[in-house]
Amino acid sequence: MTTETLAATAATTSRVEAGPRGAKPKTLTIGRVGVYIFLILAALFFLMPLWVMVVTSLKAMPEIQLRNIFQFPQQITFEPWLKAWDTACTGRDCNGLKPGFLNSVKITLVGTAVSIVIAALNGYALSFWKYKGANVLFGLLVFGAFVPYQVVIYPLIIAFRELGIFGTFPGIIMIHTIFGMPILTLLFRNFFAALPPELFKAARVDGAGFWQIFFQIMVPMAVPITIVAVILQVTGIWNDFLFGTVFAGRENMPMTVQLNNIVNTTTGVREYNVHMAATILTAAVPLAVYFISGKWFVRGIAAGAVKG
Amino acid sequence: MAQLATAKEDGAVVKTVSSSGRKPFRLSTLMSIVGTAPMIATAVGVFVICIIYSFVLSFTNSRIFPAFGAENFVGTDQYSRLWSTGRWLISVNNIWFFGLLSIVANMTAGYLLAVFMDQRIKAEDWFRSIFLYPFAMSLVITGLVWRWILDPNYGIQATVRGWGFTEFAFAPLVNSGTAIYGLVVAGIWNGVGVTMAIMLAGLRGVDAEIWKAAKIDGIPTWKTYLYIVLPMMRGAILTAFILQCVGVVRVYDLIVAMTQGGPGISTQMPAVFVIQHITDRSNVGLGMAAATMMLLPVILLLGVQAFAQWRANRVKESA
Repeated sequence: MTTETLAATAATTSRVEAGPRGAKPKTLTIGRVGVYIFLILAALFFLMPLWVMVVTSLKAMPEIQLRNIFQFPQQITFEPWLKAWDTACTGRDCNGLKPGFLNSVKITLVGTAVSIVIAALNGYALSFWKYKGANVLFGLLVFGAFVPYQVVIYPLIIAFRELGIFGTFPGIIMIHTIFGMPILTLLFRNFFAALPPELFKAARVDGAGFWQIFFQIMVPMAVPITIVAVILQVTGIWNDFLFGTVFAGRENMPMTVQLNNIVNTTTGVREYNVHMAATILTAAVPLAVYFISGKWFVRGIAAGAVKG
Repeated sequence: MAQLATAKEDGAVVKTVSSSGRKPFRLSTLMSIVGTAPMIATAVGVFVICIIYSFVLSFTNSRIFPAFGAENFVGTDQYSRLWSTGRWLISVNNIWFFGLLSIVANMTAGYLLAVFMDQRIKAEDWFRSIFLYPFAMSLVITGLVWRWILDPNYGIQATVRGWGFTEFAFAPLVNSGTAIYGLVVAGIWNGVGVTMAIMLAGLRGVDAEIWKAAKIDGIPTWKTYLYIVLPMMRGAILTAFILQCVGVVRVYDLIVAMTQGGPGISTQMPAVFVIQHITDRSNVGLGMAAATMMLLPVILLLGVQAFAQWRANRVKESA
């Protein structure tokens, strides 16, 4: 079922790029004006929180207490940004977001690389080297895409504790690899399965084996799907909160968890400007990925939205 | 990382073997199994064994650590306790309410946006970017931003009152009866762009001939969208719907960032309930009973889907 849905999504997302085909507009009628008014109002609704975030983060606290959340700051200050990055407190530590940023960078880079290499291998093996039971395994994996995380988290905590990797860097990498695997494997399997089989047969006739065909033929061909997978994983891992809270441990705490701790810390005065600066800082990386990758991002989320 | 390293070494070994060896096929099958070892471990270890483990634990009175002694098995006690726990009953009510409201609102708004985007508008790419960017940000960020916007003392309510409308009231999060609507608004802001993108793709997949025919018959555009095109987009609608369902069942980050389940326990959700019971409240048995209940609708839905597909295949074969 997922396979079909996803294939359909992939097919339809490429159609988005084909351009509009609806009823042809004539001249500027009242209806056309209405269309634009509706779209502009909708756009304002979507942009409003970003505006609020930015202006709040540039105000000093006395100005925030004037209670005009939409107003542009009368006096711009970057103090909240410095504080959010450097000295904001989470409980008893006051190092700002920078340790979380570094942790998130590490987790995202390594987690993305490991999960994509493994998923590419899976997809390749499932397309060309099916062994007995491979389809059953794939079915289980697709089922796994729909399992609520809460059902498997506790057994994984116990297992990781036994293995001695609970709350460690390898532990959190493994978690992201496990939960990224269903959707990424599906992505790569669909990609490899759509390649012309002659390609594979010719390589076999030439005597190439499992790894040779993978590294010398398949990997270079899989660049486009890998880009989609990278976008998917970078935003997914960076934005993760639940796994970071449970599995990363204090030393590897990702930025999202630290952000939540900074904002929800109950001690002291609530510094809303610092909170908003911290929020923008945490959102910066996925937003940059989004605006740089453009249409690739649409394909990525369409394929990966199943991941939740 | 360890797995990666071994995978590379194996690659080197095979290269030498397969270029000189005589039986590449069997070896390659073995390599396929070696190469997919992480998948085998995940599929079986996580999505079978872990689920069974959770299921078995739900019949025990485990507190912090798993307890499998004969005296720990309490039958279905945890389930009867679960269904008489106020916190859980509220969670279940909330997830239905939140789920239905978010999905209906999200799909309606998504389709509406897609229809308007389909009117050969200028700057389509700009509008698409604006509608979609919230989805790039995590639900934690979504929750924190909307909590600030809906803050009773400094947010929209205070601002509009400052403009002179002193009676204006819009601060859903501080009232236990309305907090859930605040969550719905934030969730829609985050996710409606995706629905829009999927629906727009669906709209553009509809045959152009349909449009011509509708025009010749003199059917108004809005009627064509509602009664002719919409039923033809079953694929896109189903995709968007499934994505929404999966998202709703898993909703956790948004709650933690925005309301922390409050005021009181008015915005508790099953996902939060389970995590609380395996961590702070250290009542694993009850938590696992709740987790099993979360899995139940997923299995039912997938089962129905699989059955429908199986029957469709049989009809196709016999025809």
